[in-house]
Amino acid sequence: MRHSIRIAVGPVHFRIGSDWTQPIAALKQLYVSYPQDEARPADATVRLFAARPWRRWVRPSVHIGGDFVVPDALPLPLSMGLLAAEMGMNLQVALGWRRHMLLHASAVARDGRALIMSGESGSGKSTLAALLGEGDWRLMGDEFTLIEPEGGDALAFPRAVSLKNEAIAEVAARVDAARLGPLMTGTPKGDIRHLIPRADAIAAMHEPARPALLLFPRFGGEAAIESMGEGEAFVRLTEASTNYVALGEAGFAALTRLVRETPAFGVSYPDSATGIALVEQLWAEAAK
Amino acid sequence: MSAVQTFVDLLAGRREASTLEPRDWDGVIGIARSEAMLATLAHRLEVADLPPTVAALFADQRAAAAVAQRQALWEAEMARRALAPMGIEFVLLKGAAYAAAGMACATGRQIGDLDILVLATDIRRAENALLNAGWEWVKSDPYDDFYYREHMHELPPLIHKSRDRMIDVHHTILPRTHRITPDALALVSDAVTSASGFAVLNPADMACHCAAHMLADGDLQGGLRNLWDFHSMTWEFVAANRGFWDQLGARARLHGLQDAVQRAARLSRDLYGAVLPAGWNGPETTDCWFRQRLVARDDWGRVTRPLLEQAFYIRSHWLRMPPTMLAQHLWTKWRKR
Amino acid sequence: MPDRVYRAAPPGALRVEPLGELTAIFDRRSMQTHLVVPPMPEILAAIGAEECDAATLAARLAARFDFDGGDDVQMILAERLSELAAMGMVARA
Repeated sequence: MRHSIRIAVGPVHFRIGSDWTQPIAALKQLYVSYPQDEARPADATVRLFAARPWRRWVRPSVHIGGDFVVPDALPLPLSMGLLAAEMGMNLQVALGWRRHMLLHASAVARDGRALIMSGESGSGKSTLAALLGEGDWRLMGDEFTLIEPEGGDALAFPRAVSLKNEAIAEVAARVDAARLGPLMTGTPKGDIRHLIPRADAIAAMHEPARPALLLFPRFGGEAAIESMGEGEAFVRLTEASTNYVALGEAGFAALTRLVRETPAFGVSYPDSATGIALVEQLWAEAAK
Repeated sequence: MSAVQTFVDLLAGRREASTLEPRDWDGVIGIARSEAMLATLAHRLEVADLPPTVAALFADQRAAAAVAQRQALWEAEMARRALAPMGIEFVLLKGAAYAAAGMACATGRQIGDLDILVLATDIRRAENALLNAGWEWVKSDPYDDFYYREHMHELPPLIHKSRDRMIDVHHTILPRTHRITPDALALVSDAVTSASGFAVLNPADMACHCAAHMLADGDLQGGLRNLWDFHSMTWEFVAANRGFWDQLGARARLHGLQDAVQRAARLSRDLYGAVLPAGWNGPETTDCWFRQRLVARDDWGRVTRPLLEQAFYIRSHWLRMPPTMLAQHLWTKWRKR
Repeated sequence: MPDRVYRAAPPGALRVEPLGELTAIFDRRSMQTHLVVPPMPEILAAIGAEECDAATLAARLAARFDFDGGDDVQMILAERLSELAAMGMVARA
């Protein structure tokens, strides 16, 4: 392909090819401080392509492909090429990664222990992780958390954080402008802007952390904490994992151990400050 | 050297993994994925000298393939539980058969739907037994439904309600409207029982079906993998029985599949280095089109010769139906899009 | 659906892990995870190595739990066994 870039995030090495230069240029800016290893073979391939040769220039729209392609998926306009690239990376990992159990969850770490927040889009897991990561937590990831099947450790997958709508202003107020990607408006999920993780989070991306607290956040509504039993946590995490089934007994063992060893809570919160306070409170109790 | 040629050479054993540059692996792995052969390659190179990240990826793939194979064989077991009480016998076909028979080509092989062969007289009862045991029709439109029942060699696809896996029930191995009509009764009556207890085609019939599926039935999609199956199984059968090639020739004649089987043999010689006995090496100038179609991928895994792909799509349909029907079918297909 | 006879999974096929109110069962043959609640785990434990029908099961369970092995219970157990068969954890003998 005409334009390409290689990016290592946690254990995954991506090669991303594109029919256009813009998405690659945007990725170069976001991932400039990530380790570069030109010689290392790629684990996952993303392709951003035009459906027909002339669609590179005429109403250019970006189709997402690579190792795995979703048939009939709608393309994105070239102005959202960066979003297409990030979606492509998510897609290849979600469908193809087999070394660790993948949870659709954000995670932050402190003192070698991990706080894992599992939830759908809109639960606020990305925003909470980003804000905690600007405090005295290490950001491990905002989209996926990897669980090592043998030992049960959580591994980091710190991609550029995808901030949406109100969260953009909230986080932008606290960080150097140089750490933010371009603002993309009118996307299928509203406004999106990417945040580059802090340098220490990128540097520590290969350090595992022991899961110590499992939260299921829900943005909106009164502040509330609800203890969650092992059974319910297990069910919710199977729904939050893209590769649980493919891992067979190793996945079953890993998830069983995770829910038995890690206290779990549902948390509702009306705003980020409250959310963070609840997180810190639960963490302090879990540490006892 | 192109990535696809490197991939083929690695499988055939003509090339050592240690001679690849680190960056060569991107193309080879990309090709392997697009041909659904990554775990096959991972098994082939299990003890090779590999870069650490490639070795780790290959280990992941071997483990994942083992899980997937168990799932696929379980489908065969659940089909047996549904059909046996009704006295309906069935023969496993393709990937599930290779796995049930413990064949070398099953190692790391991706298995899709469960394919089974039943006697034409049992097809209605098989349909009912499966529907009662939790399978249901995959939603489709009335035209596809009609086409399947009238002209194809199988029921429309069934999918299991809770396990979400498909089963294809065949009563012959090529469509009824196909120019070639294999002997379905012979396929079933001469089936053998594998160690796992499931019935599979006898070796010569299995190789005939593999060739038919690749050349006379399909449009060569997944050709490299089907050809690898053919290559691997014929090697295994010959090693166990020196008279195998003659038996294969005889069965191919019985089913009217000589052309497909001989072409499959020549292609496995050309791509994978198979050694063929006298009488099987005949020159065939049209083989080159098939070879080109089999290796038409670039090192990002894309098909490089789309017109050639189109030609094969039309050819495969031409083989399945009389020309007037083909025109009608393609027109309807086009109109629906 | 009167006296169907069922066979349990062979030893080692099912991995049973209680998780609070639920029991998670991994079937090593199918690679499937089943999430069940009482009386399923109790039924699976009571089937034993030989073939078993609803009547026998009712009697065995009555010995350990507090209900009478009457017709109602048998009918309920027959339904549960049929569900376990659909999930693949027991097979019709």
